[in-house]
Amino acid sequence: MELFINQLINALNIGSIYALVAIGYSMVYGIIKLINFAHGEIMMFGAYFAFIFAFSLPFQLPFLVIVLLSMVSAGIIGILIERIAYRKLRNAPRISALITAIGVSLFLQNLARLIFGTTPYVMKPIISTEPFQVGVFSISRLTVLTVVLSIIAMILLSLFVRNTKQGKAMRAVSEDREAASLMGIHINKVISITFLIGSALGALGGVFYAMAFTQIQSTLGIMPGLKAFIAAVFGGIGNITGAMIGGYVIGIIETMTKAYISSKWVDAIVFGMLILILLFRPAGLFGKNEKEKV
Amino acid sequence: MKSLKQILNTINTYVKKFFAIMKKPLSMVIFVVSIFIILLILIESNAFSRYFTTLIILILVMIVMSTSLNIATGFLGQLHLGHAAFMGIGAYTASLIALALEDSITNPLLLFILSTIVAMIVAGIASLLVGTPALRLRGDYLGIMTLGFGEIVKTMITNLKDITNGAQGLYGIPRIMDFPIAYWTTVLVVLVIYLFMNSRHGRAIISIKEDEIASESVGINITKYKLLGFVLASMFAAVGGAMFAFRIGFLAPVNFNFLKSVEIFVIVILGGMGSLSGSIVASIVLVSLPEILRSLEDYRFLLYSTLLIVMMLFRPQGLLGHKE
Repeated sequence: MELFINQLINALNIGSIYALVAIGYSMVYGIIKLINFAHGEIMMFGAYFAFIFAFSLPFQLPFLVIVLLSMVSAGIIGILIERIAYRKLRNAPRISALITAIGVSLFLQNLARLIFGTTPYVMKPIISTEPFQVGVFSISRLTVLTVVLSIIAMILLSLFVRNTKQGKAMRAVSEDREAASLMGIHINKVISITFLIGSALGALGGVFYAMAFTQIQSTLGIMPGLKAFIAAVFGGIGNITGAMIGGYVIGIIETMTKAYISSKWVDAIVFGMLILILLFRPAGLFGKNEKEKV
Repeated sequence: MKSLKQILNTINTYVKKFFAIMKKPLSMVIFVVSIFIILLILIESNAFSRYFTTLIILILVMIVMSTSLNIATGFLGQLHLGHAAFMGIGAYTASLIALALEDSITNPLLLFILSTIVAMIVAGIASLLVGTPALRLRGDYLGIMTLGFGEIVKTMITNLKDITNGAQGLYGIPRIMDFPIAYWTTVLVVLVIYLFMNSRHGRAIISIKEDEIASESVGINITKYKLLGFVLASMFAAVGGAMFAFRIGFLAPVNFNFLKSVEIFVIVILGGMGSLSGSIVASIVLVSLPEILRSLEDYRFLLYSTLLIVMMLFRPQGLLGHKE
């Protein structure tokens, strides 16, 4: 039982990270119907930025400032990616845009390898490592912070999408881009904001991931990026709430597989899950099944 | 600037003339046979080192891989990111069969044909299993699913230590692949793909890429043809894998990871989706380029990815386009 609860806490930790990254996939897919393969690399850049802001400056910044700065920097990269690579292909065949996305992903990965080298950076703890004591369980401060900050970020995002004018514009564009444009919504601006927010949340996930696993390298984003993508598909891609729930579900499945079945087969099982989901509910748990029209 | 345009135009007319001549089967046969004879003389007279011969065979392997991926990506228009996984399945199956039969069959050609046929069957069954659910989905999901399948295959190869020897790799595979076998296998594969794509079934596959709904409405069984294209692509990938295994004599899971799939994918895109000649030219260029420019090794994938993006933005039809 004690093991189980400890594992559940781990699952919440990694699940929060997956959820944050999955939101980015889902938001971008919702608005331009493109799987942004480069999202995992945004996450990786977020982690590198956090390292730079935490350890390369002559003065020590507070933790929250480091996180915010990395989020904004990664968000700007997201906007640039959309501006340079995706915008021109908005009306091109789908496969062209996807190929470009794969290209951007590889490009960023190798760019990071070129800039930061192949030796992994070690992320020393930025916050206190003293754990919280809850009854017999000791929970690391980082885990609590990850879960709490992630949930706050998700609530803020939900409020933003539901209540503000920009959020409404975002939903309108994802519903029908042309109609939204006719209603006077500035499409390019809305898409840029979507990339900014999605990338910033992905970077937040990246910072937590780097802090949890203490190593940063150029391939950091691949695996968690793919798993977050599975989470987004699980919840129904394009659906923000679905992405959050999907993130936690994948986190729980992964942690429990590691703890109770086999740590070697985790990746195979998670990808097998993806295949099963696509087999039985291709639109995901909360997605609508849309038939393509002529 | 103007002279550059002139040069390009001249090249363009020559390429067109070349393809016009190659339209006749006889000239094509003469061309293929003469290339074979030239290369064979160069290899047999030791003008080419062993290293260089291996490079040529690796190019041939890549031609098999890229033309076969072209069925799924170029002609069928599906995003297929797990081609290396099928190559891996083929390579491991063929090697294991060959290791088992090595003592009883001494003729290398027979051994190659037998083990490759088994490899093709296994890869075909695997692709049926993945393709049946996957091809009901739209393009982008298929990409992720094939990617996921690639990861599963890699995990399986790594963890099934008793069969594949895990991450340490499988060694001692008979090195039976010499230049003539590799060359004629490649020619056969490309020929079969060419004839298939120009048959009734091939045209049905191309029509699916052009417009799925329209081709469904003229009575083409979309699921069947998608599956057919996908399975064929995977079976030929197994041939490529077998060729690779029998030349190098050593297999490890890293040979068939996601980056390998991407490499094949880049070649198809650069050569042009739906252009077999483009795939062949791009294979020759992209396999030999890093060997010639060793210092480029670190920048290889940076170059590939930039090429991908630039191609998609400025020349989506590929280098050679539709001159075929």
